[in-house]
Amino acid sequence: MLEGILIGLTTAFTGTNLLMVIGGCLIGTFIGMLPGLGPMSIIAIMIPVAISIGDPSAALILLAGVYYGAIFGGSTSSILINAPGVASTVATSFDGYPLARQGKAGKALTVAAIASFCGGTIGAILLMIFAPMLASVALLFHSAEYFALMVVGLSAIAAFAGTGQVGKALLMTLLGLIMATVGEGALFNAPRFTMGIMDLQSGFGFITLAMAMFALPEALYLVLDPARSNNEAGGEIKDLRITREEARQIAPVIGRQSIQGFLIGVLPGAGATIASFLGYAVERNIASKEDQEMFGKGSVKGLAAPEAANNAAATGSFVPLLTLGIPGSGTTAILLGALIALNVTPGPRLMIDEPEVFWAVIVSMYIGNLVLLVLNLPLIPYIAKVLAVPRTFLIPFILFFTLMGAYIGQNNATELLILVGFGICATILRFADYPLAPLLIGFILGQMLEDNFSRSMQLEGGIGFILERPMTMGLLAFAVLLVVLPTYRARRARIRAAGIADGD
Amino acid sequence: MALDRWIALIILMICLAYGYAAFFTMDATLPPFMQRNPVWPSTFPKILSVLGGLVALSIVLGMEKNTGDGKEPDIDYTRLGDYKIGQALCLLGLMVAYALSLRTVGFLGSTFFFLIAGSVVLGERRFLIMIPVAAFASGGIWYLVQEVLGIFLRPWPFFLGV
Repeated sequence: MLEGILIGLTTAFTGTNLLMVIGGCLIGTFIGMLPGLGPMSIIAIMIPVAISIGDPSAALILLAGVYYGAIFGGSTSSILINAPGVASTVATSFDGYPLARQGKAGKALTVAAIASFCGGTIGAILLMIFAPMLASVALLFHSAEYFALMVVGLSAIAAFAGTGQVGKALLMTLLGLIMATVGEGALFNAPRFTMGIMDLQSGFGFITLAMAMFALPEALYLVLDPARSNNEAGGEIKDLRITREEARQIAPVIGRQSIQGFLIGVLPGAGATIASFLGYAVERNIASKEDQEMFGKGSVKGLAAPEAANNAAATGSFVPLLTLGIPGSGTTAILLGALIALNVTPGPRLMIDEPEVFWAVIVSMYIGNLVLLVLNLPLIPYIAKVLAVPRTFLIPFILFFTLMGAYIGQNNATELLILVGFGICATILRFADYPLAPLLIGFILGQMLEDNFSRSMQLEGGIGFILERPMTMGLLAFAVLLVVLPTYRARRARIRAAGIADGD
Repeated sequence: MALDRWIALIILMICLAYGYAAFFTMDATLPPFMQRNPVWPSTFPKILSVLGGLVALSIVLGMEKNTGDGKEPDIDYTRLGDYKIGQALCLLGLMVAYALSLRTVGFLGSTFFFLIAGSVVLGERRFLIMIPVAAFASGGIWYLVQEVLGIFLRPWPFFLGV
């Protein structure tokens, strides 16, 4: 491991890569603060830039920096103007905004920054310990197990979608998988489902899809509902200091939530949002009586808990991505797409084949966290000025960047028409409360899922591979259980709610 | 019937059409030597279409009801009239126009026009600010993409020959 860290340090501490981290964090914070642009959209917009850098480590470092910055920027806007740009910072606004209203915006930002820093750093340490362990186990996997593992990952994403949402999430995943089969597959060299349209020969572009699924609907929402970007000026930000007493209060909270958040982040589909809400709820429950009273009215503990948890979870979500090649969240799915475009295949072999990529990312996580703390925090009062940009200027620019992102990657104007078409579909899907991240994850995993499936079919000469390999069967059974269990529990809850006894 | 079930119905249709292609039309063009393979190009799509159809059907039939955990949806489509649908449609139209004009008009012209028109649609009238901002942005981004990233973007209309 020490050797790995050294490789990482030498890769990360080159001039360009340091610049990438710092630039990524600043851009991420800057854009993440804007209403309607979450980490997913920002990373999708940054991908063409990252790909044109060419060097996979530098690109991934840049994107990871952007990711961290975006999360930090999101918490800033939820503290200052109660407009969380991302779901994972909603819990931050519970206590952050009341603090800002009391004129303690500076203090709230400092607490958030420290909590994020600790959460991210502890997460990175845990990642460094767990990822190699998991990767060595994963090396034992064959195509059949990979196939089963991906099925587990996809079902878990559906299963964690929430009550009443499992079916919808599952449907979106399947739709994503179906869309992934359009175009020429690697294994068969025959175009499929292109309907004779030449532009579909190479399949749908994943950046186009990512933009259409996340950036475009968000921008359209801002147009449709001006209240969402309603920015009341945050006021003067001053007095960034916190007292010794407050530091003593938040230290144990941060410690607990960093570990809990990390573990939740590792689970596919759970991610930063659940981690932050759960962190908030847990800390409120175990707090003393008088502390509990303060929650929701500007408690530093209530602010530190979701911040530490969501940053640790963001780091945790890198574990399945880097070790198994299976993204657990929309953001890591986009990162996976970027990696594949850079000719790096994440998975257990990553650590052996391209150790510098793996370790550089981990080391740059530390650097990124440090940059956020020492560079961004003092700059926040100035960066926050971006919140005052009127929406009449902001929205055309967001739309323009969405278009550019899709265009630069492919240099094809048809791609833009596909983008608009899918964007409209995605907006309608969001109207109906369909989750969109599963669609993208399904789309990105689709190709790999089918390749592994076909390979094991060919090796074992038929569908029998499922029965012949106990681990494959076990994983697939687990996947079925994951999907069926929440549906069953929801049904039971409904029956119980209807006043009918259910027997036990 | 609620919107989400209508959408599920549409997806069900897609799955059926997709499944029809996978089950009946795709294999016809398969060369004989590939027919001996245990896995065909249509194998995986067949599985997907069946699963997709089943899940879509279960939503259409309303098998899984929302137990109402009080989560507020982002936007309420039943009061769609209250939203600025016209503006959104105009912007989408602008995006399509941008896509179609990018090659012929060139990057600088179409971007400049898109940014100005977008602001106007949203109700901005301060042209003295808009024009320099749009001009600076289109010029700056063209420079970044073309010179720094090295990706070709045609700057001027096609008849200028660049």
